[in-house]
Amino acid sequence: MLAFLTRRLILAALVAFTVSLISFVLLRASGDVAVAIAGEGAMEADIIAIRIQYGLDRPLPIQYLDWLGSAVSGDLGMSVFFNAPVASLLAERLPVTMSLGALALLFSVALSIPLGVAAALRPNSLIDQFAMWLAVVGQAMPSFWFALILMLVLGVWWRLLPISGTGSFAHYIMPAIALGYYATPAIMRLTRAGMIDVLQSDYIRTARAKGLSQRKILFKHALRNAVIPVVALAAVQFGFMLSGSIVIESIFALPGVGQLAWISLQRSDFTVVQGIVLMLSVIYIGLAVLADLFNAWLDPRIRVG
Amino acid sequence: MPIQIKTALRASALTLAAALAAATPAAADKANDTLTVALDLEVESVIPYHSTSRMSLISGKLLYDTLVWTDPFTGEHQPMLATEWTWVDSKTLELTLREGVTFHNGEPFDAEDAAWTLNYFSGPDGGTKGRSSVDWIDHAEIVAPNKIRLMLKAPFPAALEFLSSPLPMFPKDYFEEVGAEKFENAPVGTGPYKAIEIVKGEQITYETNADYFEGSPRGKPQIGKLVLRTIPDLNTQIAELMTGGVEWAWRIGKDEAEGMRGMPGLTVVDAETMRVGYLTMNAAGTGGETPFTSKLVRQAIIHAINRQSIVDNLVPPGARIINSACFPAQFGCEQDVTAYEYDPEKAKALLAEAGYPDGFEFSMDVYRDRPVAEAVAGDLAKVGIVMNINFGKYAAVRDALRSGDSTVAFLTWGSNSINDVSASTSNFFKGGADDTYKDEEVSAWLEEGDTTVDPEARKAAYSKALKKIADEAYWVPLWTYPYTYAFSDELDFTPTSDEMPHFAMTGWK
Repeated sequence: MLAFLTRRLILAALVAFTVSLISFVLLRASGDVAVAIAGEGAMEADIIAIRIQYGLDRPLPIQYLDWLGSAVSGDLGMSVFFNAPVASLLAERLPVTMSLGALALLFSVALSIPLGVAAALRPNSLIDQFAMWLAVVGQAMPSFWFALILMLVLGVWWRLLPISGTGSFAHYIMPAIALGYYATPAIMRLTRAGMIDVLQSDYIRTARAKGLSQRKILFKHALRNAVIPVVALAAVQFGFMLSGSIVIESIFALPGVGQLAWISLQRSDFTVVQGIVLMLSVIYIGLAVLADLFNAWLDPRIRVG
Repeated sequence: MPIQIKTALRASALTLAAALAAATPAAADKANDTLTVALDLEVESVIPYHSTSRMSLISGKLLYDTLVWTDPFTGEHQPMLATEWTWVDSKTLELTLREGVTFHNGEPFDAEDAAWTLNYFSGPDGGTKGRSSVDWIDHAEIVAPNKIRLMLKAPFPAALEFLSSPLPMFPKDYFEEVGAEKFENAPVGTGPYKAIEIVKGEQITYETNADYFEGSPRGKPQIGKLVLRTIPDLNTQIAELMTGGVEWAWRIGKDEAEGMRGMPGLTVVDAETMRVGYLTMNAAGTGGETPFTSKLVRQAIIHAINRQSIVDNLVPPGARIINSACFPAQFGCEQDVTAYEYDPEKAKALLAEAGYPDGFEFSMDVYRDRPVAEAVAGDLAKVGIVMNINFGKYAAVRDALRSGDSTVAFLTWGSNSINDVSASTSNFFKGGADDTYKDEEVSAWLEEGDTTVDPEARKAAYSKALKKIADEAYWVPLWTYPYTYAFSDELDFTPTSDEMPHFAMTGWK
């Protein structure tokens, strides 16, 4: 287990490093950062002063190594737009994004697992077709569009939910649905496939022969096995949701990491972008490790083997 | 990715705005005496010196005062924290300060604060991002408890314009005590509003400063509470406006605005701003020889573009076509210059004369208003010129321009709301990195205008420069950019051309 963990962590560090290098290069290739910082109204003196103030006049490899050196020691640097350390910007905004991600995942799982199970029990039935339809729509509809429709119907016409901002739990409902719906098809299809597979296996036939109740067979024996790949997928989907929240947070005006990423990308606030990319990749990798551990708990064969 | 998403959102906005028309807007928050405003970007710093964004300026106008005030309706300079000022010589300005003004924390405002503010934020440790707004200052000296002298590096006639806009007065003792980082969470100024709650990334709440000084040119604040909310997406802003979540929004797109006009409870107004649009052509050929080094080609381009038709169809109502390379109301913006009317036949003749009877192909760098760029491409195609559009971020476009990679770019310029040609034309034609024309005569005239104190002599110098710019057709001057505002019709709000909503001068009807 320890060797496994160590291997995962080394891999994680390599991935984080690569991702940060790529994002650094891409960001620098997309225009002069000093011009972006100075803003649209900048005159020439502004740009020159900023280039010197932020060390942007140094060679690129040196700038990157400088950032990397500090990042490794836990210092993500200062944002060039906000007069604040990147670490505290992230700390301020992470709770919003995490709450949104968790609620979205909850919504997604609560919708997709029962539907997946129901669809698996009666393949090609009406409920299966409905689930299929839901999956196709979910995959095909861009999340920003779905978000706007939700806002229009629930917020403007029916006035059931607040349109944007934080403030209360109700503020998170529409964003969580908009964000979670996108992950629903994958989880549902995987649950369905897993259940169909498991329900045809020998031990379920044995359980049936022993005369166990349908409910017991379904939830105690079948689902537990079918859900194993779903856990790994859900963890990955949670990672996607954190990045998907860039759009959703901007639409619903949630002051989370996603909105911070959106605006920092637009303004080439490179220290913030680097910090967010690093943090997201670390979270992503952490989730994958957690999913492995959870699977080991669900399935003794993984644990022992 | 963000640009694509934005475009897609735009595309869907029309449908949404039409659908929204069916909904009825809620009553404004006049009852609670609270005005909630939607801004697409957050106020990233409550210290306007530490930011180049307009949001910081909007917040700054609430929290602080400046020494001089420019009346946003007349452009006239009026006393604010300084009651009078005199030029001792062309490089020394003496200002007498208003007495009895206090900061939000009770600290009195005096010469020490004024001199410190100007010295600190123009100095190397002040962290000022918009260097050009302070670079002209050499230093400030205290002459008496209510009098300072401002020493300039060189004669700078636009000094009063700068003192009245981007240079708010800060409390020396408090700032030195808490430092910039803590000041962000608890700003203190002399302004008509105090910040009472700051939620980073989400909103800032302001409350009337009951002790705001008598005799301020903008009067006493009228609305009890102000909330500046960050709502990045325009559709969301409109939805909030409809349902009474916010009472004010601006920079509404032309299509969205059409859907909102005539809605009950809302006022939709278009008003001109100081921002002008233009195409800049690399006349000096800093990146190598191109067709645009020929004056005839540049003139042909202006004749070929149907600016009136583009203004009528793609720009919000209220835009004016310009012919001079500055905002028409700016000091020194000569209007009597060569104008090139829409005339595709003449354009073709000029192209033939320049040696391009069959036209040519080029790329234009663009960072906003893609439909406008496409319309320009359509017009040019009619005279045989193939124009490709290079869409990129602002920084990338300006980069390409400076390195000489760009032959033609479509840009806009807001002059930082400074009502003087030294903040527009001079920035582009005086030999800096943005100068791709390299016209020494024009540079010299502009330099003369920028450093001469006598207003008539300044006007004469600028006039010569602007006439030559038009004759040589270095720019395709396009039009002024109006903003479209939408707000509750219980709000008594008047837009101004300085791209600055003056909430401290806004009240309920």
